[in-house]
Amino acid sequence: MFENIGEMVLLFWRTLLALPLAWRQRQKIFDQFFEIGNASLLMVCILSFFIGGVLSLQIGPFMADKGLSGYLGGIVGYAHARELAPIMMAILIAGRVGSAMAAEIGSMRVYQEIDALRTMNINPIHYLVLPRIVAIAVALPMLVVFSILVGWFGGAVVAAVNAHIGVSYQGFFADLRNVVQIKDVANGVFKSFCFAIIVGIVSCHQGLVTIGGPRGIGRSVTKAVVNSIVLIVIFDYVLTRILLK
Amino acid sequence: MNAANNHSGVTLQVRGLRKSFDGQEVLKGIDFDVRAGEIFVIMGPSGSGKSVLLKHLIGLESPDAGEIRINGEPVQSEEIPAKYRTAMVFQSGALLNSLTVGENVGLYLSEHRLKSPDEIEKTVSERLTDVGLADAANKMPGELSGGMKKRVAIARALVVEPQLILYDEPTSELDPISSVVVGNEILKLQERTRVTSLVVSHDRDLAFGIGNRIAVIAEGRILKIGTPEEIKNFNDPLVQKFLNAEFKHHKK
Repeated sequence: MFENIGEMVLLFWRTLLALPLAWRQRQKIFDQFFEIGNASLLMVCILSFFIGGVLSLQIGPFMADKGLSGYLGGIVGYAHARELAPIMMAILIAGRVGSAMAAEIGSMRVYQEIDALRTMNINPIHYLVLPRIVAIAVALPMLVVFSILVGWFGGAVVAAVNAHIGVSYQGFFADLRNVVQIKDVANGVFKSFCFAIIVGIVSCHQGLVTIGGPRGIGRSVTKAVVNSIVLIVIFDYVLTRILLK
Repeated sequence: MNAANNHSGVTLQVRGLRKSFDGQEVLKGIDFDVRAGEIFVIMGPSGSGKSVLLKHLIGLESPDAGEIRINGEPVQSEEIPAKYRTAMVFQSGALLNSLTVGENVGLYLSEHRLKSPDEIEKTVSERLTDVGLADAANKMPGELSGGMKKRVAIARALVVEPQLILYDEPTSELDPISSVVVGNEILKLQERTRVTSLVVSHDRDLAFGIGNRIAVIAEGRILKIGTPEEIKNFNDPLVQKFLNAEFKHHKK
């Protein structure tokens, strides 16, 4: 993975330089954005509901035993907004969208479609990478906002229906409002923006360096997903350190 | 007249071209000239370095040594893409599978914003008609046969109004009838536009059928350049082995 980091940084820099051309590529950006949302929204909804629910289920009974169940909403809300929603959604998107990006671009590389673009003087970064990076950088933070709301709801439902926890919806959300501030949500959204760039760049890069036919495409897809997840977790730590200051 | 507005072919000069991959020398000093407006065929067995040579000519590979010139100007020069229009027809067609045939053919014009959408549609229709696929604009590449894909690739190359067009194995994987259709398209195009055509192929029938001149390449070297008659009569064991290859054991 690490031998490719220089190439990925260069790809990111070239994509940044191409940003002024984003308006020209708006149709492709919209298509990619729709693709990401369409592929992920239901999964985000299910995953987030159960992440919030399992958080309540794990912490709730323990806090209830200690007489601290009134703080459950704040803890679940804070953990989900700042950490779980951004990282879990980024991993989901790496698996669903990053793999598709690497496969599509890798297939274009293997079957000489990218060479054909170059012979027509069409820059593959402008045509293929830019729309995907912009789309994922917009879509993932939006999905994370959605995930945060659904996760909170999941946590509240489990807290209310589990007899051992027994925290009402009103009590759960009242504590959540006391503890979670708008900057905590912004923190999670910012993290997800960074993770989106990582997934987009790693996946597009893996696609562009694909060699060797269908087996090579498979290898690129695996590398795209695994490398994305590893980098997401490393950057999560780094970003958390920075954002805690 | 500005060169970019000149539709006639360009000359191509290749001198001392060398290329190695992982220590294995694939091109061992290639020299040849292609005259303006001719069909020049590079013929040789598989693995002789034909496709690597073609990638150098279109700028997809950089040589270890040697130079390539278009109308006397180095092909690596930044001015070349703006000054001379070149196009390539890939062995597989290399159509973008996510686009329709019409979008593939009009891609160069739409991405470079050279014409309005209506004008692009008209041009696409004309170019598809030129290659006998007037009704294929709304089809996806996956719906086409191998021969049709090659013809769409030719139509896509024509949209560029090229002065130099490169064909990589244009008849590979095609049945004899489709091969003749594609060969005729190359001839018709050259007669109509006087474009310089460089065809890389191991198809002997195609080479002798359409080539004004033929270069025989083997093991990374040019063995002989000449007219089809000169090549047929060239008394070199490697060339004759390639030209006269046939089954040794006949069916009883």
